[in-house]
Amino acid sequence: MIKFSDKQLKIPQMQRPVFLVTGGMSKFGRAVPEKRTEELVIDAFVEAAEFIDKSSAELKEYIHSCYYGHFADHFGDQLLGEALIHDRLGLDPLGNVGIKTGGATGGSTLWEAFKAVASGYSDCVLAMGWERMDEVPTDEGNNYIASAADKDWETPLGHIYTGYYAVMAQKYWQVFGKEEESFRRTMAEIAVKNRGYARMNPHAQGPMKITVEDVMNSPVVAYPLRALDCCLMSVGAACAILCDEKTAYELTDNPLMIHVAAGSHTLRVADRRNMEIPLLPNESPDQYKDLGDRFPGGDRYPGFTGFLAARMAAYYCYRMAGVVDPTEDLDLVELHDAFTISDIQTYEDIGIRPYGEGRTYVESGDCYHTNPHTGKPGKLPSNLCGGLLGCMHAVGATGIMQTVEIGQHIWGRWAEMHEDQSKWDRFGRTKPADWTNLQVEGANRGLAISHAGVGSHVTATILVHPDHQLERN
Amino acid sequence: MSTAERGKVRVEKGRYRLDGKFHYGYPNDPIWNEDGKLMGVTNPRDVTHVHMYGGEAPFFEGLGKGKLLGTCCDNPDCEADGSIFIPFRIHCPDCLGKNTIVDMTDTARKGATVHTFMTTERTGAFNTLPKPIRFVNVEFEGVPTILMGYLSVGKPEIGMKVVPIFNTASPTYTILDLSWVPDGTNESEIPEGFTF
Ligand SMILES: [Zn+2]
Repeated sequence: MIKFSDKQLKIPQMQRPVFLVTGGMSKFGRAVPEKRTEELVIDAFVEAAEFIDKSSAELKEYIHSCYYGHFADHFGDQLLGEALIHDRLGLDPLGNVGIKTGGATGGSTLWEAFKAVASGYSDCVLAMGWERMDEVPTDEGNNYIASAADKDWETPLGHIYTGYYAVMAQKYWQVFGKEEESFRRTMAEIAVKNRGYARMNPHAQGPMKITVEDVMNSPVVAYPLRALDCCLMSVGAACAILCDEKTAYELTDNPLMIHVAAGSHTLRVADRRNMEIPLLPNESPDQYKDLGDRFPGGDRYPGFTGFLAARMAAYYCYRMAGVVDPTEDLDLVELHDAFTISDIQTYEDIGIRPYGEGRTYVESGDCYHTNPHTGKPGKLPSNLCGGLLGCMHAVGATGIMQTVEIGQHIWGRWAEMHEDQSKWDRFGRTKPADWTNLQVEGANRGLAISHAGVGSHVTATILVHPDHQLERN
Repeated sequence: MSTAERGKVRVEKGRYRLDGKFHYGYPNDPIWNEDGKLMGVTNPRDVTHVHMYGGEAPFFEGLGKGKLLGTCCDNPDCEADGSIFIPFRIHCPDCLGKNTIVDMTDTARKGATVHTFMTTERTGAFNTLPKPIRFVNVEFEGVPTILMGYLSVGKPEIGMKVVPIFNTASPTYTILDLSWVPDGTNESEIPEGFTF
């Protein structure tokens, strides 16, 4: 049994508030042979500058230090790629640093940028993330991704990261999903929903109009996961500009408050030891007493079914932002839907639903833009950009893209950034005839979860409109 | 290139002794698009890395001798005192003291259970396991951690009793030298080179 000390569980106290001023992203694709990485990065930066009616040169004058998220040096075949990008962005002689935490790299990049502003080191910083996964064949790409597992104990086993995750999916499927057909359909609903939302997003690489049956008939990757349950492999970039209050209001009339926290857990799932469930503000100490009775095999925490890193990121971040119940206090979320089943696991880790009940977030219709059962707005829409299943997983960019997407909803500018025909044309994509505005009306608070592999790193990022802050205890 | 030319390494008096070739270069090729416009180049290469096991070496050497080794913290002041670690941990994650090696072969033979599993036809480049791959995550009596490995015989199921088999005939000195089969499997069914 592992225990955590009070010092380890301290809620971060920042020296001053931090604001998201703007953000931007490139087109995302499985392959972008016509562009170098720096061109994609510059596309993202230019979009961020234009979003606040600044030229790139004007925006650069404010930046004081830079944080670069890029997970896989192997894929780019370039060590210190961050320094190359920094130079191409013309940001010398500013201090800069590369950040890599697997699938959570984008979120971790925001975490570092956030702390740089909160500490007073910088008044304005750039958080830029990218990934380039198209310059090796897919099986070599799988080997590279598997190299992020333990190279002596795991990687030689098939050189396939999906497999290291799939054993967790199998356990969750049997213990909490009880191998029910209805649970399998709920997983498929997530794939249908997110790929469907991707159709409204010109940046998205995997839009699809599909049915639950299509997902359930797609090829098995590692049972119960099928091809359409799994996320994309991508190329692209995304960035965010974070500032202190004074600088934020110099750059825009409408900056958003940002909170970022991080958690971690063993790189090898094999090393996980048992512990009591760390509780979120909306949970009580006795509510999980009978978890093992309700779900035989589900009493081992976090076992192979929970992500402690996600739980801890939420543990810190909810208290930093004053969130008590995420379903009540937040207006939308972007979750790390690497697999449909890990999406469900995350609902529980971050307290959208209690452990064991994640599926009801989908089945209730709460996770939709428009609840399919009531026709009314979903209580807490998730992954309206299409998520990792439908939009992209350009690893270093993912957590930043999610945060920028949430920002666009809170700014009330989602349609402006997704509807414009010229953007669809520029990206060589056809806007669907039934294009729908997915703007969440009246959105004031949102959360993004950025997650690495089997759960080694997870970050939680919360954006809050300054006029709609929650009370913090 | 021939395997004979491939780089080999010994350690003598704390130094690496390298023989043979450790990298091969090849000429690159241009990449064109359908209009005959230059898009980029290929960068072919072949590299052999050198990797030390350090304090985990006894584990990987043990597999080839038919032994499954774990470790144990025996620091009486440590909360993990008595905890057995498998995967083998050189140091205790709590007190960071040096763990003691414990032979877990008999424990594994008597009471190893599949905690979870996965079957897949998909692999990454350089995979050497036969397909479909059957990963099993194996739980041992009295051990808080769960070891990942692969099943060589049968269809995996949660709760299945399994026993370890070892590549003792021609060990690779990697984790692949350890595999699992359902309890009761006959010697004739296990892969060539492996023994119970
Ligand atoms: Zn110890």
